[in-house]
Amino acid sequence: MNVSGNLREPALAKRHRIGQLFEWACCGSTWFGMVVLSLLLLSIGWKAMAWPIPDADAVDRAAATKTDAKANALLSPRPLSTRFLTSYDSRVPQKAGIKAALWGSLWLLVFVTITTVPVGVGAAVYLEEYSNEGRWKRIIQVNLSNLAGVPSIVYGILGLTVFVRMFGLFGHDGKVLDFNLGFAMLSIPLPFERSVISGALTLSLLVLPTVIVAAQEALRAVPSSIRTASYALGATQWQTIRHQVLPAAMPGIMTGVILSLSRAMGETAPLIMIGALTYLAKCPGKIDSLSAVWQHPTGLLEAPFDVFTSLPIQIFNWVSRAQPEYDHLAAAGIMVLLVVLMMMNTAAILIRNRFQRRTQW
Amino acid sequence: MKLCPTKTASSESCVSVAQQSPSILVKNSGSLTRRFSWTRAREQVIRLVLFLCGALSLLTTAGIIVVLFNEAIYSYAGTAFFQTVSITDFLFDTVWAPQHPDKPRFGILPLLCGTFVIAGLGGIIGLPIGLASAIYLSEYAKPKMRRIVKPVLEILAGIPTVVYGYFALVFVTPYLLRPIFQTWLGINVDIFNALSAGIVVGVMIIPTVCSLSEDALRAVPRGLREAGYALGSTKFDVSLKVVVPAALSGILASFLLAIARAIGETMAVTIAAGQQPRLTLNPFRGMETMTAYIVNISLGDTEAGSMEYKSLYAVALSLFVITLSMNVLAQWVLKRFREVYE
Amino acid sequence: MTIMQSFSELMHQRQQRETVKRSRLVETETEVSKLDVNNLNFFYGEKQALFDVSMTVPERSVTAFIGPSGCGKSTFLRTLNRMNDIIEGTRLTGKVTLEGQDIYASEVDVVALRKRVGMVFQKSTPFPKSIFDNVAYGPKIAGQRNQKELQGIVEQSLKRAALWDEVKDRMQDSALALSGGQQQRLCIARALATNPDVLLMDEPASALDPASTARIEDLIFELKQNYTIVIVTHNMQQAARISDWTAFFFQGYLIEKDRTQKLFTTPKKKQTEDYITGRFG
Repeated sequence: MNVSGNLREPALAKRHRIGQLFEWACCGSTWFGMVVLSLLLLSIGWKAMAWPIPDADAVDRAAATKTDAKANALLSPRPLSTRFLTSYDSRVPQKAGIKAALWGSLWLLVFVTITTVPVGVGAAVYLEEYSNEGRWKRIIQVNLSNLAGVPSIVYGILGLTVFVRMFGLFGHDGKVLDFNLGFAMLSIPLPFERSVISGALTLSLLVLPTVIVAAQEALRAVPSSIRTASYALGATQWQTIRHQVLPAAMPGIMTGVILSLSRAMGETAPLIMIGALTYLAKCPGKIDSLSAVWQHPTGLLEAPFDVFTSLPIQIFNWVSRAQPEYDHLAAAGIMVLLVVLMMMNTAAILIRNRFQRRTQW
Repeated sequence: MKLCPTKTASSESCVSVAQQSPSILVKNSGSLTRRFSWTRAREQVIRLVLFLCGALSLLTTAGIIVVLFNEAIYSYAGTAFFQTVSITDFLFDTVWAPQHPDKPRFGILPLLCGTFVIAGLGGIIGLPIGLASAIYLSEYAKPKMRRIVKPVLEILAGIPTVVYGYFALVFVTPYLLRPIFQTWLGINVDIFNALSAGIVVGVMIIPTVCSLSEDALRAVPRGLREAGYALGSTKFDVSLKVVVPAALSGILASFLLAIARAIGETMAVTIAAGQQPRLTLNPFRGMETMTAYIVNISLGDTEAGSMEYKSLYAVALSLFVITLSMNVLAQWVLKRFREVYE
Repeated sequence: MTIMQSFSELMHQRQQRETVKRSRLVETETEVSKLDVNNLNFFYGEKQALFDVSMTVPERSVTAFIGPSGCGKSTFLRTLNRMNDIIEGTRLTGKVTLEGQDIYASEVDVVALRKRVGMVFQKSTPFPKSIFDNVAYGPKIAGQRNQKELQGIVEQSLKRAALWDEVKDRMQDSALALSGGQQQRLCIARALATNPDVLLMDEPASALDPASTARIEDLIFELKQNYTIVIVTHNMQQAARISDWTAFFFQGYLIEKDRTQKLFTTPKKKQTEDYITGRFG
């Protein structure tokens, strides 16, 4: 913005100054997000790495409850440690860990994927490939945009009535459906009560709109010449979709699915509504390690209908407790949650980049 | 353009004579006529299944409406909330005290106040910063900068709300608000206060505003900017007076969506703003929002059939109506005021 | 061999072929018809694109459609394998028969029709899969599961499309890695794999360089011994080079159809003559 020679004008200089200020303001705003993010990560990370310095209150408390502070301190030098990952929650902060929450989140992730991906991709395929630009398509699209804006807690209320209580259709005690599978017994309680399955179905409803929209965009990106060529070779519509369109759109669909799933992992409110427990010292189906799967395979059948907790809920619970040590534990839990989410998002980005190179239209 | 290979073209004077002339070259089967085939049956079944998947979203909406209606407005057994509490009381009473043993009061104004004060604070912070970032990214920034900033914003958007709530309670209040306002300016700052919640809600909506506004700004064709420059405008003039007005519908829509999101925000405000419904505009005091109330009721040991418990459905209904209206309004703004460019 | 040398050699070969061709034309006057079109009117919604077109496509010959842009030749080509069904709002009146069977009858299975009447498009559209999977796609969806048979079909189709020698050691490579001319020949092989009787080609060489175009034209010349070929082209010289019959379209009307040699040397209608001599185009 150099003004030279006889084009120099004082009024113009003032306008340029204003323009410069504006640019700096916008630049600052852009960096604001970056600054806040670093602050957030650093401060939480710092808190996760050290226990609070015991002040007078803490010493009094320890004396009153007869806890051996020194022994407890030896148990864990800092909140975030491997012991943290392999212990259950506890009234003693130094002994508490997120094992139950980790396994609960893992089970949720598995079931949300199982229920969301087929339905979401199926709906997207229907909307993009089968339905004409008619009334139904418009209604469903508008409906999806509205659903995407509904607060997550409302989904929790829906899940409570539909999955946990099932509209009260099964009376007070409920029924149990038993299926003899030969090697084990599969017992499905009706209604689902506060089980992993209820949580997973509720979360599925929550992320379904975003999965559908992402899948629709991926399908739209496949050029129509591919479809035309396939029809010209005598393929039916489903054959074209199954053999040409879906494989070509798969990277985009997977990226969208993974991003939606990472959002589901961070959700707390709906799970609180359906009754995920905030203090839990066991894992669903009693499966708490890979070896337990071998020893106790029926646990796999029990786990979906067992009570559970999840990472965000555990964090929330710790935040709500009075002792300052739990703040540090919450920070450690947050770090674990962020690492899990980062792994998922990195996977999504890798998939997107790798397959974008392969199919250059 | 929809592609459907099996649609039959309507032909008025088409005489359908399926003459089976013998094929001279026995390459393919001579007849083209359609017989029942498993392929065709399978196609129809697949189409139906996929339609059901698409219709599930309609079921979800219907489910939400039915549940809220049944619990809050009208139920056959007469147990709905508004069959006991009058709507005028609900909307205009200024005290929210459902647990009061003798005279429980269900005025939603304190909860509404909490929700809108925090959403408002979040808007004051998030909307300008988000818009300014969007303007910077679309008008000023070099590609290298965009490559850094966009992932950062995506990460910001992906951080779960509990983390923001924790940050507000454990860092913003003690290390930012209290030193500035309490120690230095002498204003009392509660542990749970609306300002810390508002600040983090503002940060949470920055990515939403930024990405949607940036899309709207980039959709403005280059020709408009060039016309502005040709008339002797600075970059500031062009950005603020040409591009932003041209993209106004998209920007407004992004604002509405972001505020709707702030209104529906649950965990951050539950953690940071407290459980005390308070009808006040003082941001340094704690307030309970509609969403926080719902969470706190379900965490507590309130009896499932009681009026107090049912009040959560009434609050949820109000929340649903407000956010839905804002979403619908945003879409209407987008459609109505969109400039169609060549 | 340099490009110039290979090109001139191709031209030499064609001149030789044309002498043979001209001698053949004198022999056979009556030919069996493969496709019959009667009084075809075609509409895109309200707009009429084809007006009362009637013609016969004889089998095992090359019929070329020529005419200026927008005259309806591509639309007409697509009515022959019902590809216009894909576009919404289209309808037609009249009759199109393949070996006597009305292809627009309501009982007709469009999928079966398209297996017998194949199509090659202007812009080559290989699927983002391997070369083998591209060619094997047609037979596979028709139900052919035997791996050995598929390999045989793929090899035969690629040989017929004069592409086998160039790709036989890299059948699993991505089809998108081939050059433009090779991709178009791949699309031809792909269409041949379903064993069609008729091959429709919509300006197959218009996006290719002259050397590739020459190879495609040679290919068409060989294919017509076994297939009935209908080709749309805006290049009159190409029509003159390779087709037996030529039909001239103008603004949705079929102006004239005749043996290529007669049409280009002694056209009956003035419009045809004007177009051929370049008075408009």
